[in-house]
Parts: sequence; structure tokens; C-alpha cells
Amino acid sequence: MKLKYILLFLFIACFTTACNTDDADDTQQEVNEVEGVLKVQEISNNTHTIELYNKEGVFKTGYNSIRLRIKDNTTNMYVENATVSWKPIMQMPSMQHSSPYSTIEKSIGTNTVYQGFIVYQMTNTDGSGWSLTIDYAIDGTDYTATDAIHVLQNEKQHVTSFMGNDAVRYVLALVEPESPIIGVNTLKVALFRMESMMTFSEVEDYTISLDPRMPGMGNHSSPNNTDLSYSFVDKLYHGDLSLTMTGYWVLNLKLMNTLDEILKGETVTEDNPQSSLYLELEF
Amino acid sequence: MKKLFVCCFSILFFGFSFGQEDDNFVKKDTIILKEVTVSTRRKLSNYRQEKTLSTLDNFLEKSNNITMIKRGNYAWEPALNNMQSERLSVTIDGMHIFGACTDKMDPITSYVDVSNLEKVAVGSGQVGTENGHSVGGGIDLQLAPSKFFDSGLKTSVDLGYETNGNYKTAGLDMEYSSNQFYVNADGIYRKSDNYDAGNSKEILYSQFEKFNISLQTGYQLSENHAIDASVIYDKATDVGYPALPMDVSSAEALITAVTHHFKNESATIKSLETKIYFNTITHVMDDSKRPDVPIRMDMPGWSDTYGFYSKANLHTNKHHLSLNLNGFYNRSLAEMTMYPNDMNQPAMFMYTWPDIRTLYGGVYAKDIYTLNTHETLTGSVRFGFHQNKITEEVGLESLQIFYPKLSNYKNRFLSSFSVDYTFKKKHYDYSFGVGYGERAPSVSEAYGFYLFNSFDNYDYIGNPNLKNEKAFEANMIANYHNNKFHLGIASSYFFIKDYIIGNITDNLSPMTINADGVKLYNAISHATIFNAYLNSSYSFSESFSVNATLGYNNGEGNNNENLPLIKPFSYLAELNYHKKHFNVALQLEGNGNQSNYSGYYGEDATPAYGVLNLNLGNAFYTKHQKFVLKYGIENLLDTNYTTFADWNNIPRQGRNFYVNISAIL
Repeated sequence: MKLKYILLFLFIACFTTACNTDDADDTQQEVNEVEGVLKVQEISNNTHTIELYNKEGVFKTGYNSIRLRIKDNTTNMYVENATVSWKPIMQMPSMQHSSPYSTIEKSIGTNTVYQGFIVYQMTNTDGSGWSLTIDYAIDGTDYTATDAIHVLQNEKQHVTSFMGNDAVRYVLALVEPESPIIGVNTLKVALFRMESMMTFSEVEDYTISLDPRMPGMGNHSSPNNTDLSYSFVDKLYHGDLSLTMTGYWVLNLKLMNTLDEILKGETVTEDNPQSSLYLELEF
Repeated sequence: MKKLFVCCFSILFFGFSFGQEDDNFVKKDTIILKEVTVSTRRKLSNYRQEKTLSTLDNFLEKSNNITMIKRGNYAWEPALNNMQSERLSVTIDGMHIFGACTDKMDPITSYVDVSNLEKVAVGSGQVGTENGHSVGGGIDLQLAPSKFFDSGLKTSVDLGYETNGNYKTAGLDMEYSSNQFYVNADGIYRKSDNYDAGNSKEILYSQFEKFNISLQTGYQLSENHAIDASVIYDKATDVGYPALPMDVSSAEALITAVTHHFKNESATIKSLETKIYFNTITHVMDDSKRPDVPIRMDMPGWSDTYGFYSKANLHTNKHHLSLNLNGFYNRSLAEMTMYPNDMNQPAMFMYTWPDIRTLYGGVYAKDIYTLNTHETLTGSVRFGFHQNKITEEVGLESLQIFYPKLSNYKNRFLSSFSVDYTFKKKHYDYSFGVGYGERAPSVSEAYGFYLFNSFDNYDYIGNPNLKNEKAFEANMIANYHNNKFHLGIASSYFFIKDYIIGNITDNLSPMTINADGVKLYNAISHATIFNAYLNSSYSFSESFSVNATLGYNNGEGNNNENLPLIKPFSYLAELNYHKKHFNVALQLEGNGNQSNYSGYYGEDATPAYGVLNLNLGNAFYTKHQKFVLKYGIENLLDTNYTTFADWNNIPRQGRNFYVNISAIL
């Protein structure tokens, strides 16, 4: 009986020690500046290793808020004074294209973390196809690092890429709510116009109408939703999204330009249970 | 064949027992009494040859201004003066207790059984506010008082069988009583299969099974002080609700109380009774037995109540003063989980009662002032503080979809007054009364979230900003009686301001699949409810009498729309024959055509009906034992009928042979 407890104790002790060693390796610099996010992967060149983080620890199609750190391979220290930019590329059989992405800024309140976002609008079923190039300059010296990245297909449609009635290709992505509540959520959506295969620009001052529905509940809708309008502060479209219960929701949308012409999407009716422009939520 | 057997058995028994002695008839007129008294199971009532083992629901239904709203064969909801649970104060021995079902499938009367009770006190309108605020009145289900009788051990056994639904009942009651100490334990078990409506049409999902056990004990501390403790445990399983889309797999209640009694006949304070209590209800609603539903769902609910009261009685020469200080704290929580038919989608969850805490504290005073030998004046007041609080953050956020500025609590002050004048002479008496009362909205009315009402096929959303509902009330009673003839009339009129009712709200999408829409609880400026009953009886001889009752009810909103669930013209006629040891009654009971139905609130017209019942009873004694036999046929002509009070027009029981036997050992 006693022996069992001793063994158990020893086992726990070993385990704990093991963990500690790991942690020590990871966080040499005093404060853990990547708390609350998980490492997705590393991209290295001869001089540096770039660590990519996000909340889930994996890239999925849709809007990805990403943090990164650049580690000097010789000193094992994180670089604090880099200027960074990036470019994701999707390699298709006959062509290649990029996706909407942001510039990269130093994360506020940190010394070593940089942040930005990338909207992966699609991926291959096995998660392959994307690569990420990171260009950065430290003390006047330019560096670059490129590697394939793994982007999984999000089970729910958090991004959609479509051709509007104005013959322009758009990408629309769900930004918030990340953790929906039963109640009124602030819905934030990013909208980009595809200028070329490699350039996407933010679309300003359009309107997106919102009609959330639950197909599992006979297309039940919720009250007091508001249409989304553009905010110059964060360059996203904002609206109120009421969710009356947990479960699977389809956010039926209609995109209108500044002249209130419908570019994409239809009104939900008994005969038309879903708009062709929609996002999905599940919680 | 089975029915025939029971019938033969009954006749045989009747023959056997004829000629036995019974001096235990209690003359009670349950038709016109304001206070209805449950006939204890050992006694026969000469007026209503009740089944000894009839349910509390059956019993209550016999009262003049009580109707029972039926959603099935079990857990009927009492309505008094055409007003249901939320407008009434229904208490168990002064204890507040609240059903845990958002669909009113568990009125609290379903958590006690006749075996627990001594009597039921029914107070119409503001007369019924002794235990709490109400608009329609109060029903207090009173437990047996302390019994320091020195009668030793007494046991009684009851058995019952009814052919319709293969309904079996068994009860056992044991009591030991000395001058200082008593203990009483009773248990009752009921099980019924689906019942048949007239013409042998089986009503699916009308089965139920339940048991109820209670233990009550008391100790006489000194000449003036005694202490009592009681525990009731009630559990119903497999209860079908044919009128609703869901059933109940379990409804469970634990009701506990400790009471201190002080009595002193020589002091001004004649009695002081203080009780602390706790009760908890767990109600599990599901649709697992239904083969075909648009979506599977579970809807459990919980309700816990802690409370106390302290009642004093003071007598002086002309005053008879009662005081009551009481308070309770209730927690009501209900949730709904739905399982989509598409297995890839996750379960859907919401709080239908988002953990609402209700705190109430109030004081009540009533004085009966004797003006002279013929005249009395009665006045009563109740003041209270009522607070609702939403404790579940998720629930607050849910309701903020509809009420963006909603805060998590709401305070209300409630008041109630009544004055009554009574004049009594040998052959006649009359009384007039007026009253004013307020009530707070119920948890469902204030905080319900997508509560489906199968009556009008709408989802209901609560409204926390509702004003208190206020009732102005006038009532009168007049009776004339001589040795053989009795004639009585009783009538009340309610003018209800800010009458709470669901209003269709366009542009809201129902949650329930196939529902017609969403109603938000709202108040119409006012509504009026009127009722009048005429009672009469005539005794041809000592043993042969007839009695009859006619009833008229009307309810209307200020929008000139009829209110729902208002009883149409009703009648009851009864022929009674009773000897000391035997009685028989033939009863005709029916309603007129429900022409003033409330189409606006989702009601349809119910045609007129009339049913015949035949009830018989025998009692016979040995030196130390007593046996009571009750038997009869309900709905003699096997009429297929439904009444205004039947949810979704579910037909009532067809012909039913019953037999109950009780032995007191």
C-alpha cells in the first residue's frame, strides 16, 4: 500500500521536473510574451528562426490573427528591433495567388512580439499549397525566410471568396466573435477587393445586411440584429448579432455597395432558406 | 369482461354491506363553502360521494369556483375565478413552493396527495392573501395539525381500482399518538395506463405513475409549547401529457418544515405559530417516448424555496386579529437542450428560466370585528417587498437581446386590501366585499425565454419591465335556508388593470419548429372577469335530497376580446339518497356551448356536453375496525367530450368503473 503511494509520488515528481526543464528552454527571456497563444510552426533560415503563433496553434482557412517572434540562432535571444513584412502564396496547378494580409506591427506592450493577420481564403484538402515568405530587416541588414505552411480547412465557413455583380472578386472573412455568447454579440467582418492575384485591398463604406438563422431549428432567426457598417478605426465591418441559443448558425449576408446595389446575396425566404453569401458559426 | 367483473363485484359487496351501522357521516356542503375541506380518507361525505382515493385534483375540481386545466390525466392546474397559477397564491400549509416546469406541467398541487392533507382552504380574491399576494385568490393545502390524542397506534389501508386506464391505487397510513408525542407516516402509490375517452378511444401518452410518502412527527414540549416536523417526498415518473408535445420522465419534490406552536387560551395572544421550511423540485421534461418529433429536446427545471412564517392570533372582546409575517427565497432555473436531426451539428442550448432568484418579505393583518350578534366587519391588508434577480450571466445576456438596457434585478412593492361586511340571521345571510390587490409577474411572464405554449402554438418571451398587475374586486354572497330548502347566490367581479397577457409580436421568428410566431408578455390596459353561481338544494326527507348549481362566467379585455380559459355556462344536478351505512348519488354535470371563446388568444369553441355519474358508498364497522367501500360509474353513458379547460381539446375519460376500499384497523 505504502509502496504504491511512494511510486506515485516519485512518478509525479519526475514528471514535474521534466516539464520544468522544457519550460526553462522555452522562456529564457524573463516575461513570457506569448502567453495565451500557441505555436503554429517555425520558419528558419541560417541566421534566425521565426516562430509563428496564434490562439489555436494551427492555421485554418479564414481570418488568422498571427503573432511572431524572431530568434537569433546564435544567441538564442529574440530580436527586438526588426521591421517585418510577409507574403503568403498559394501554389495552384497552373498559377499562384496570394491572400488578404496586413502589415506587421510590434505587438503593443511587448518587446519581442510582432503581429498581423492573414486571411486564407482556401486550402487543399490535405492542408498543403500555402507557403509564407517573411522579409525582415535588423539594423539595416535585410533577411528573408520562406517555408511551406500548413493551412487546414475550417469545418465552418469563416471566409468566402466570390464574384460580385460588379464583376469584382471579393473576400469576406469573419473576425469576431471568437467566442460567441447567447445574447448580443458584436460581429466583425473583414472585406477585401481582389485587385490582382497578388494584391487585395480593404473595401470601405459598403453595407452588409445580416440575417442569422438556425437550419437545425426550422431556420429560426433572432431579433434585433443590425446590418454591418464600415468602421475606419479597425477597417472592419461592425454589426450586432443576436444568438438565442448555442448551436450551429448560418449568418446570411447581402453585400451592398455605396449606391445600395446588391453585389452578392439574397433575402432569406421560405423558398430560399439560405443566401449565397453566408458565414457559419458554431458554439 | 374486466369491467363486468368489477361491476358484479361492486353489486355483490353492496348487497353484503347493506344494513350496517355508520354514525360517521359528516354533513358538509362542499358546493358552496368558501373553505373546501378534504374529506379525510376515512369519512364519507354525504353530498359528494367521492372516491376515497380520488386525487387532490379530482377533489379540487368539485369546488364551486375552481376549475382544473387539464393537459393530461395528471398534474392538473387549478384555476380560481377563471385565473390560473400566476394569478393565484397556492401554498402548502402556508409554505411557498413553485413548480419547476416552464410549461406549467407541475402545478404544486401535483406534489402533494390527499393523504398528506387535512383540508384545503380556498380564499376567493383578496380574501386569499393570507400567505401571499394574488389577484384571483389563494389556495392553501393544509397539512394535518398536531395530534396529541393519546389514541395509540392506528393503521389504515386503502386500495383502489378503476377500469378506465387500468388505474391502481394503494395507500397505507400509520399513526401513533400519545399525549406528548405523535408520529404519522403515510404512503400512497398510483399507477395508470392510457385512459380511454368515450367510445373506447385510447388517449395516447396519458399514463402516469407516482408515489408520495410523508412523515410527520410532533412533541409537546410543555403545556403551551409544541414542536412539529414534517417531510413529504413525492415522485412521479413516466407521466404522459397527451395535450403537449413532451412528457415528463421524472417530477420529484421534497417538502420539509419545522414548526413551533404556542397556545395559550387565557392570554391575549391565543396562538403563535412559527415555521421554517425548505422545498426542492426537480422536473425532467423530455420527448423520448414520442416517435415523431421535429427535433429531440430535453427541458429540465429546478425550483428551490427557503422560507418562514410566523402567525399570531389575538382575541379581544370584539376583535379577532390575525397577523402573519412571512418571507421566502426562491431559485428557479430551467434549461433546454435540443439535438439537431443532422448529427454533425452540435446540441443547441438555452436557459429558458435563467436562474431567477425571487426574494419576498411581507406582513399581513386581518381583523374580524363583531359589530353585534348579526353583523361582522372584516378587514385585511398585506404589504410586501418583492425582488427578482437574474443570477446567470448567460441568462441576462440572452434577455438583453430583447431588452438591451435590462439590469439584473428588479424591485417591487406590493399591497393588498380588503373589506367585507357580513349579516347573518337565522334563515338568511348575506355579505358584501371590496378589495384591491397587486401581484408581481411570474418568472415565466417576466423572464421566460422562448417558452412554447401549445395552447395557441406560440413561443413566449418574458418581459421584465411589466408593471404590477392590479385588481379591483367586488363580491357578494346571499343565502336563504330553511329546514328543507336552501338557495344561495355568490358572485364576484374583477377589474384588472395592466392585465398581463402575451401579445403577438410581428417580425420575431419562433424558436419552436412549426410554431405560429412569438408573443411577448405585455399588459393590456385592463380586463374584467365576472362570475356568478346559483346553488340550491331541497331535502325531501332525512335521506333523500336534490341539489343543483348553475354557473356563469365572463372575461373580457379592454380590446373587447374574450379572455382565454373562461368557463362557459355550467350546471350540476345531483340526486342523493343516504342512510347511515349506505349512500348513492346520481349526478349530472355539464357545460353549455362555449360561445364566448377567445379566438384572438388562440382558443377554439368547445361544444356543450353533459355527463352522468353514479356513485355509491358503504361503511360498516366491527368493534375495533371500520371498513369503507366506494364504488360507482363515472361517465355512465360513455360520452366522448371535451371541456373548455382541456388543453388542445383532449377528450376526457369515457366510462369508468371504480371501486375503493378502505380499512381502518
